[in-house]
Amino acid sequence: MSILDYFRSSKKANTATVAKERLQIIVAHQRGERGAPDYFPLMKQEIIAVIRKYVHISEEQVSVQLEQNDDNLSVLELNVTLPERN
Amino acid sequence: MAQIIVVTSGKGGVGKTTSSAAIATGLAIRGHKTVVIDFDIGLRNLDLIMGCERRVVYDFVNVINGESNLNQALIKDKRSENLYVLPASQTRDKDALTREGVGKVLDELSKDFEYIVCDSPAGIETGALMALYFADVAIVTTNPEVSSVRDSDRILGILQSKSRRAEQNLEPIKEYLLLTRYSPTRVKNGEMLSVADVEEILAIKLLGVIPESQAVLRASNSGVPVIMDQESDAGQAYGDTVSRLLGEEIPLRFVTEEKKGLLKRIFGS
Repeated sequence: MSILDYFRSSKKANTATVAKERLQIIVAHQRGERGAPDYFPLMKQEIIAVIRKYVHISEEQVSVQLEQNDDNLSVLELNVTLPERN
Repeated sequence: MAQIIVVTSGKGGVGKTTSSAAIATGLAIRGHKTVVIDFDIGLRNLDLIMGCERRVVYDFVNVINGESNLNQALIKDKRSENLYVLPASQTRDKDALTREGVGKVLDELSKDFEYIVCDSPAGIETGALMALYFADVAIVTTNPEVSSVRDSDRILGILQSKSRRAEQNLEPIKEYLLLTRYSPTRVKNGEMLSVADVEEILAIKLLGVIPESQAVLRASNSGVPVIMDQESDAGQAYGDTVSRLLGEEIPLRFVTEEKKGLLKRIFGS
């Protein structure tokens, strides 16, 4: 690193912070799917397809999550953001 | 009973074989009878890094198939009394590794050795799954880079669900983070994830940090595990890693930028 770099580098964004934030999101997502049964992704798609038959929504408006509690209890959580009615 | 250590990562090219060779050699130098096994069937490379490529006669798959016995396939290291290498085969397909076959070989090795180091292939296919299945300890080799960290997290999920210890509800595999190719200067400039960042994301115990080092290529060029080069930063960092694996508590080295003289600061390095 030469003296000129001192002036240049100050402008560069801190990409390590960006990397960390992106990783935290993707890893949290990955862990959410960790203990899930093999049929889970397909079931998720089918649930979305059924809702779509009645309401016009995109895939991002539906979140399906499987929460595993300590005491052998699994909760299937389904969140749908419905479009505003005009 | 031997302790079975898997060196794994998910992602390729992060330093699994370099680390397996260094750690196995380190354990042997300290007097522990150690064998290091190449699980990368079809793409064997551990023999090259260990410098015994011309002495391979029989391999892991030959032993599993009963075409040779263990003693014929094990290669005794030239440098350490206590170190042996079990090479992967170069030609067979990956399905050659069966759980029964691998289990039998590990059982037999367990009688003679203190440590069995399993050098996992990249990916999450049969070879990688077999390498981690029987493990007691996992060394998750990770580069401070997004794809490597994500893949390491995937591997942690597999260790916790697809290993023997997970399936049989035994005490879980001990998971350790080995951060390789670390560059303190780039971390300081905000261009690289720091040790603390990766520790926070993966949330496993840190075993060691190996700095990005020219000594690693020099070591592989000459077929001498980098831990033998105790003059080098990487060699010393692997030495520290082995000490921690054996239960010693020693501070991290090579994680802060080395001081540069005034002339270097002005004219660059």
